[in-house]
Amino acid sequence: MGSYIPSTLAERKEMLASIGVNSLDDLYVQVPAAMKLKKLDLPVGKSELEVVNIMEELSLKNKVFSAIFRGAGAYNHYIPAIVKSVTSKEEFVTAYTPYQAEISQGILQSIFEYQTMICELTGMDVSNASVYDGASAAAEAVLMFKDKKKPKALISGSVNPMVIRTVQTYCKGSGIELVVVPTTGGVTDIEALEKMADSTVSCVYMQQPNYYGIIEDAEKIGEISHSAGAKYIMGVNPIAVTIIKTPAEYGADVAVGEGQPLGMPLAFGGPYLGFMATTKPIMRKLPGRIVGETKDVDGKRAYVLTLQAREQHIRREKASSNICSNQALCALTASVFMTAMGADGIKEMANQCLSKAHYTAKSICEIKGFEMKFSGEFFHEFVTTCPIKTNILMAELEKKGILGGYPVDDGILWCVTEMNSKAQIDTLVSIIKEVCKG
Amino acid sequence: MNNPKNLKYAKTHEWVKMIDDSTALIGITNFAQDALGDIVFVNLPEPGDSCELETSFADIESVKAVSDILSPFTATVSEINEAVIDSPELINSDPYGTWLIKVENITDQRELLDVSAYELVCETEE
Amino acid sequence: MNLIFEKSRTGRGCSILPKSDVPMYSLDDKITRKTELHLPQVAEVDISRHYTQLIKRTHGLNNGFYPLGSCTMKYNPKVNEEIASLPAFKKIHPLQPAHSVQGCMEVIANAEKYLCEISGMDSMTFQPAAGAHGELTGILMIKAYHEARGDFKRTKIIVPDAAHGTNPASATMGNFTTVSVPSNAEGCVDIEKLRELVGDDTAGLMLTNPNTVGIFDKNILEITKIIHDAGGLNYYDGANLNAVMGVVRPGDMGFDVVHMNLHKTFSTPHGGGGPGSGPVGCKKFLAPFMPVYHVVERDGSYDFDMPVQTIGSVKAFYGNFLVVVKALTYILNIGAEGILEASQNAVLNANYMRALLSKTYDIAFDGICMHEFVISLEGLKKNTGVSALDVAKMLLDRGIHPPTMYFPLIVHEALMFEPTETESKETLDEAVDLLLSIYEAAQNNEEQFHQAPLHTPVRRLDEVGAARNLVLRYQF
Repeated sequence: MGSYIPSTLAERKEMLASIGVNSLDDLYVQVPAAMKLKKLDLPVGKSELEVVNIMEELSLKNKVFSAIFRGAGAYNHYIPAIVKSVTSKEEFVTAYTPYQAEISQGILQSIFEYQTMICELTGMDVSNASVYDGASAAAEAVLMFKDKKKPKALISGSVNPMVIRTVQTYCKGSGIELVVVPTTGGVTDIEALEKMADSTVSCVYMQQPNYYGIIEDAEKIGEISHSAGAKYIMGVNPIAVTIIKTPAEYGADVAVGEGQPLGMPLAFGGPYLGFMATTKPIMRKLPGRIVGETKDVDGKRAYVLTLQAREQHIRREKASSNICSNQALCALTASVFMTAMGADGIKEMANQCLSKAHYTAKSICEIKGFEMKFSGEFFHEFVTTCPIKTNILMAELEKKGILGGYPVDDGILWCVTEMNSKAQIDTLVSIIKEVCKG
Repeated sequence: MNNPKNLKYAKTHEWVKMIDDSTALIGITNFAQDALGDIVFVNLPEPGDSCELETSFADIESVKAVSDILSPFTATVSEINEAVIDSPELINSDPYGTWLIKVENITDQRELLDVSAYELVCETEE
Repeated sequence: MNLIFEKSRTGRGCSILPKSDVPMYSLDDKITRKTELHLPQVAEVDISRHYTQLIKRTHGLNNGFYPLGSCTMKYNPKVNEEIASLPAFKKIHPLQPAHSVQGCMEVIANAEKYLCEISGMDSMTFQPAAGAHGELTGILMIKAYHEARGDFKRTKIIVPDAAHGTNPASATMGNFTTVSVPSNAEGCVDIEKLRELVGDDTAGLMLTNPNTVGIFDKNILEITKIIHDAGGLNYYDGANLNAVMGVVRPGDMGFDVVHMNLHKTFSTPHGGGGPGSGPVGCKKFLAPFMPVYHVVERDGSYDFDMPVQTIGSVKAFYGNFLVVVKALTYILNIGAEGILEASQNAVLNANYMRALLSKTYDIAFDGICMHEFVISLEGLKKNTGVSALDVAKMLLDRGIHPPTMYFPLIVHEALMFEPTETESKETLDEAVDLLLSIYEAAQNNEEQFHQAPLHTPVRRLDEVGAARNLVLRYQF
């Protein structure tokens, strides 16, 4: 019933006549009759009003939690109102990829600004225009260093399991042998890494803070990687990196990460944002789109997609990656977020995450049966033990509208952000205390 | 532009200047630089690297294409022309005066063309 | 126009967060960041104005005709945006327990049901975030299928020379060698050459139908049979689905695995280059190889299933969920009859433009086209010196987004038009009139074309300079 087709039946008849055919069926003469569909087994179309009702009803089958203490790869942060306002502007939402630079300066400039901000966050020299998400960014980064003479890549076991699995999938496809470095005490086992990093390894990937929230000795891992002649790739949290040492300070060759915390809603997993940044010597290996500054024929400053000769539409089978689109609107979202928050704002956000997480950890661990599973310094996530079955605890918390930490191998991975007020945290703690009594 | 008579050529549009039996300079021809358009970057090997007959040893990037440059020899790279790294446009303006790499210890090579045979190749390709 | 950084002033900013209500915790100095962080310092009013200035230099679907061949720039319904903004979709954490996300899972399950019906497939994953991502997924599934049968000698993927660049690039990411099959004079796959190319090292074929020049290959069943007989599988690039959805299904053409572009065929917006969604559908026998997190119904409720021989995952979580929401909203809205109507009118509009232009321009391939057509300006360039690029630049001055240029590679000086079904007859008439007047102008005055565009904010950018002197960020 719904239709976005402007032409009336009369107009369609006119057009058919101009073409010189009698019916729409005549336009499909090339399609063998035997293949043609008799009928699509789909519901009949509905009006806008009916569709809105159906979809709203569907959405209400979800539970929206009023307090979220779960992270593990998707983080509940505040999104300033200006972000939604800017990113819902019809031009930004509906434009195509800016291949025609003269009429796409708006998109191109916004990407240039995004690239600048990612470089500032990570300390690296060059950023691309973004990729699908943090996990695929990690995989693309490992593929950058594919080398016949160095067939292995190492990834720390303390990296988010979904990232490990994605990197594994890409590596298997590409013929790279991915080996997982064991962990100890919730962090990368440095001794094991030292033994495994040799001249057959092209790159080493680690996550900072890691999956368990712990801040690792990223400097040592970088040293070991470079001593072995391997490139060093760090996956970082974009909020944490404003107060923890940057990948550049750690000597990383490539910095990637999940940009969702920069203004994108949780949205059941997507769309998110993968950022990738590297040093000048390596920049030609960066996959994806890159925007550069130039001048036009009148000497005016302008922006254009550059280094395209590396990309799939020119290089084809020789391209290092097949990536075509980026996550443009999400990159724009991140830019507006970083602009609205400013450096002080994001640092404040990071410090509140840090402080509230430590306050929560301390409070939870005052309850009998709860203790910190690992001893390393952490940012906004931490793992505690749990004296009762985690599903029982989670069910009780859910009754109060609280999404508790994420159950991981004998423990709970808690996450606290600036969105969790002290009152919320105190309530959480008292409910846990209550549930675990006796 | 005239293709110099004192050089040898490969069908894949590289030129070669033999210094002696086991040493040579390699560059790309006028036909190649014209087909590529404005060159923006040259990716050269390192001195000490080996190059293999009919295998890519470098690539040249223009705004619209990246071209693999194929080696007419199996040899060792002894020097690279740093000037093209900073000013890749030299290849466009002076393709025969702008060498890319110098090789030594040539152990294998393919049949190279003289200037008239090469010019025939260019005519057929056009 | 200034960059946001050039509009910054020290001390300015927005007031977003409250003061912390817990004691401040400090990290050890050894691990704290030492590098200064420079981000814009602007008040909200200036942020608002900055981005308003930027949209004045952006061409959205709301600004005018956007006939980009192979991109399907159809209208993006606003109701889709509204539904995707519902808090009960936006605020859902992907790791919530299954019973608390039945709504999200039902969205995915229903989208799977409908899109499988449209494509003729049995199962579908929504994890791929874009078409190229879907291609990678499909290629890896094909690879896993052969390896699971113990067949490790299938190292080649066949791709037509007219194919989109992502096809061979995706094959490379699966460690396959790409073999190119030439197109015949009709722009379709050369069947005889294809027969010569297949063998027991053929892993599969990647194809789109209609093809990249907008022609439906009537030999499609023979083509897919040749591949199957050789033991290979057929992958369908769904980029051109808008021509045939509701008319014919890739699953009935002999394809085993397909990807669809929700941001093309199913009306979700392009966002200036993403986010899209490239779900991959497959026949039953390939379902065990799908990526993790397949939504299934069990005992009356939905949950995630991990396919037994899964290739793993191509990104974290389940895909660009909000994009799937928009596509589902669209499908429910237009319904079965609307799906058919959309493709029929996409083809009608393209043929109408083609018919009106054919008396003047060289249409690359004769006869009825599908949802897009290609014109070649090779003749015009020879006679007047005006190229496809010049015509495109001229269009920029007249407010129409130029068509796709220089693709596919098999047509010289190509311009590819895809009007889509959501354009009115008068929009098409205006565009045709404009193109005809440009042709006239080209006969008499070549120079004005090389000057164009004259009225855009910037003109004739130095792309060579941009690549030679790379400036990829602002320096504070």
